[in-house]
Amino acid sequence: ITNYSVQRQHFSFPSIFIYGHTSSGKTYVMQTLLSTLQLPHVFVNCVEYFTSRLLLEEILIKLQSCSGTEQTSPVRCDSLNDFVRLFKQAVASQELQDQTLYIVLDRAEQLREMEANILPAFLRLQELTDTNVTVVLLSEIVWELFRPNTGCFEPFTIYFPDYSIGHLQKILTQNHPPEYSADFYAAYINILLGVFYMVCRDLKELRHLAALNFAKYCEPVVRGEANERDTRKLWKNIEPHLKKAMQTVYLREISSSQWERLQHDGGEPGQLKGLSAHTHVELPYYSKFLLIAAYLASYNPVRTDKRFFLKHHGKIRKTNFMKKHEKTSNHLLGPKPFPLDRLLAILYSIVDERVAPTANIFSQITSLVTLQLLSMVGQNDQLDGPRYKCTVSLDFIRAVAR
Amino acid sequence: MPWCFHICIDECSLCLQKIQEDLNKQLLENLVGFLSRSHSDFQEKTTEWTCRMKFREIPTAALVLGVNVTDHDLTFRGLSGILQDNITPYVALLEAKDCPGIKNLMQKLMGQLMKCDIDVDSLEDEDCVQVSQNRIRCSMSSLISWYESVKKKTDSETPSKKRNSSSRHWQSPPVVVIFKDMESFTTKVLQDFIVISSQHIHELPLVLIFGIATSPMIIHRLLPHSVSSLLCIELFQSLSCKEHLSTIIDKLLLTSQFPFKVGEKVLQVLINIFLYHDFSVQNFIKGFQLCIVEHFYSQPLSVLCCQLVDTKKRACSLSHDQCENIRKLQVLSWLKRLKVSVNVVLITLKIILSLCLHVFTSSLPKYPLGKQIRELHCACLENRVWETEEYESSLQLARMLNKTDLVTMLQQCVEILMSSSGKEFDKTSEKLKEFLTQFQNLEEASQEQDMSVLSQKELQKKTDLYHLQKTLLELKESRRSKKLTKFEMLRFEVVDYIDSLVRKYLIPADDRTLHEVVYFNTASVLREHLNAAPRTALHTALNNPHWYLKNQALKCDGGGISNKAPDICIAYKLHLECGRLINLVDWLEAFSTVVMAAEEPNADAASSDQVDDTIHARFIRAISELELLGFIKPSKQKTDHVARLTWGGC
Repeated sequence: ITNYSVQRQHFSFPSIFIYGHTSSGKTYVMQTLLSTLQLPHVFVNCVEYFTSRLLLEEILIKLQSCSGTEQTSPVRCDSLNDFVRLFKQAVASQELQDQTLYIVLDRAEQLREMEANILPAFLRLQELTDTNVTVVLLSEIVWELFRPNTGCFEPFTIYFPDYSIGHLQKILTQNHPPEYSADFYAAYINILLGVFYMVCRDLKELRHLAALNFAKYCEPVVRGEANERDTRKLWKNIEPHLKKAMQTVYLREISSSQWERLQHDGGEPGQLKGLSAHTHVELPYYSKFLLIAAYLASYNPVRTDKRFFLKHHGKIRKTNFMKKHEKTSNHLLGPKPFPLDRLLAILYSIVDERVAPTANIFSQITSLVTLQLLSMVGQNDQLDGPRYKCTVSLDFIRAVAR
Repeated sequence: MPWCFHICIDECSLCLQKIQEDLNKQLLENLVGFLSRSHSDFQEKTTEWTCRMKFREIPTAALVLGVNVTDHDLTFRGLSGILQDNITPYVALLEAKDCPGIKNLMQKLMGQLMKCDIDVDSLEDEDCVQVSQNRIRCSMSSLISWYESVKKKTDSETPSKKRNSSSRHWQSPPVVVIFKDMESFTTKVLQDFIVISSQHIHELPLVLIFGIATSPMIIHRLLPHSVSSLLCIELFQSLSCKEHLSTIIDKLLLTSQFPFKVGEKVLQVLINIFLYHDFSVQNFIKGFQLCIVEHFYSQPLSVLCCQLVDTKKRACSLSHDQCENIRKLQVLSWLKRLKVSVNVVLITLKIILSLCLHVFTSSLPKYPLGKQIRELHCACLENRVWETEEYESSLQLARMLNKTDLVTMLQQCVEILMSSSGKEFDKTSEKLKEFLTQFQNLEEASQEQDMSVLSQKELQKKTDLYHLQKTLLELKESRRSKKLTKFEMLRFEVVDYIDSLVRKYLIPADDRTLHEVVYFNTASVLREHLNAAPRTALHTALNNPHWYLKNQALKCDGGGISNKAPDICIAYKLHLECGRLINLVDWLEAFSTVVMAAEEPNADAASSDQVDDTIHARFIRAISELELLGFIKPSKQKTDHVARLTWGGC
């Protein structure tokens, strides 16, 4: 897998920035490289340690433990200053001055959301701590999006390109199951990629799918209906199955364990309804009307209210000066906010019988907001004049209105 | 009085608890099954090839619970209780409002998990927890180290006294995290949490449960594919709340066990609130309990509302006052004991009979008397059911049923009657059985009958919704043309008998003597309490202070503004006449005019342009009170103007 054997042992550039699309092997290459060469290193995932304090403390703890000293005393590190000081101490205490220490920060895009000084400081950590250290940043986005506007030290950037179909095939074939020959598995991978390559190039996902469906592929062989060479027969057997898998498992409509059980039983996936099959939402009577009223208020301009909801609205004057942009469908513009009173007014006019403005109605509006069917706009004046937006689609409203 | 109330309400809550447990049982069993399965996968994490190839997905249960959010709390409490008993001691319940960021989420999670650890270990390592409470390092790694230590501890202490409890849990119990309200969590928090925990799934067997109120599509909306691919989601659907409600009504109101009953109007109010407003079973039950409270509070006769056996005892011990009360209700006191018991029995009969009638009507096309038994119950409570048109038509339909249906229905009725222990129905069930045997005899006889009857039977079998009218006509013709067959005779007999039963027993409650003992019928009180209208109440208070203050001087004469009313009322009434923007100066003028109108004698003193300082102060106070109540707010559009917030001005 190590197509990119970068020779990096000897140079100690202060910071290296590695980027490339999801699962193009960045993390894996770094990890194997560092561990096979037995370089002192610290590997930290920035998503996991979500505040700067946690991140810095984690680095120090890992540093303490990586050289074998077992005294993991609780480290306290609140700022970068402390970090630099403690870092120097740690390095000095463990006799690491003579070789390059690597700090790898995975998912480095999270660094941008921490304090402003973190990223520049990591980039020139060598300078700050006066030790032989290299910071490696791993990310999925390009360096241009990182650069803070105050300017900073430019790291050495390396790009990991996506795997081509050939690479994918090679990698996937490499870990074939022990019971079957590599050729047999390679043929299977070929078929699999033929189906899935169009929609998914994520190596992890492909591996997952390969593992899920392999049992089915082997079925004829196990039953003795075909031997391992009989690719054509096997292909016929597996192809519709894979297509079905693409529609369900890949989109996580049904879970992979359910899929496995299904394969086991040999049943039809039709019985198992996916997640999106359950779209219908049951709502109380007035909630339905409230939602419909909210939808109308969101997508109709205010001036048409009188025309739509009043019985004796008088004659409609032809407006010649209708601007052009008003003719574009309101659905393309998205929902507009509306005040509470307008919502209630429309509600009163669309419900046949008289509706008392009871506390229940008001609490229903709030519960619709918590269900994310409505959303509140402008949090600041909840008491004075709350404004809402309707966030559901036309299809949903149609289903409700039925 | 209080003790019989307590008995009643305790019985009620006990009954409800049982119902709820039964209802959730299926769902919870499924979930427990899922959890144990997901766990066993984790357990047999061998070097198997497929396991190596698949990246670990976090097992996730998506629990669709419906929009009645208020009920969810109970479900989740039951769920976590069951999980703690059966699967794992480590259950954390997370709510969106506690977790605005990933940091808070981790804090909350660790706090809950470690607390349940304390419960298990009974404070033996209190000091260590105390330390970590102060400077807890809220990260996944510390969580993992905690989990490791706990696991070691439980492994070592298995032979101890906790043998029982730990043998129910597995070797390495999963950690269950329940997200109560999936919809309200922010996308980022969820994403981060899932990404983090998926990296440590090998060390920490995590299981997620999402509580979803709307539809499972929300998962796809909240989580991008890269995140949702880390989950292994299975869907669980809870019972629909409508079914839930009807079970509760069946079990609580339509049985003879529970003495307290609600009248038709009250039931209608409760059901309407449920269907129109919130779908919340919890609220329905609260309303029902309120009915009980109100009944015992306001109705002196409610002391007699208890089980039949106790009723006689209590009736004997009635005090003189209470007897007077009863006499007022035109009941002869020497008859009271008899009547009460008879009454209770009659109500029992009535319920059972309405069940029978339901069996009959529910199978009729078009459901003339309603699909749900509660509708029928309402109808029976409301007025004489045999006088309604629907009843007429359902009898008509019953007269046209084919034989197999009729026989099965009769059998059902007999079953219901037999299951109810009352002696009074022995005769009825005997009679019904007799009918059944007659039908059987008829069957034997009918084989020898001529073709014409058979053809007619076929005709009757075809009786469905669309051919109804046609069949009716044909039947009439055939009836005219030939004599009724034996079968038809029998059928008429059965239907007439049922009709007579209905007329005898299904008398509306109001016509009964002493119905006040068990029926609660003041719907208006209930409506006031449960379906409050704050805006209306506020308007009444301000517009018509007499309503609440009961002061004769305040009695309003039409549209005029009395100056004796409180200042805020005057200001409110004046502001009703204004548009969206109100000029404060004008308002003050009008206010002072109204207030001064009373002090006619020293009008000349006030005639000076300057408004009196006290009046000015009173005005300012009234205005700020109105602002506090949310009627107006200061406006930036014009100086010296306030904006009106309530709708309906203009």
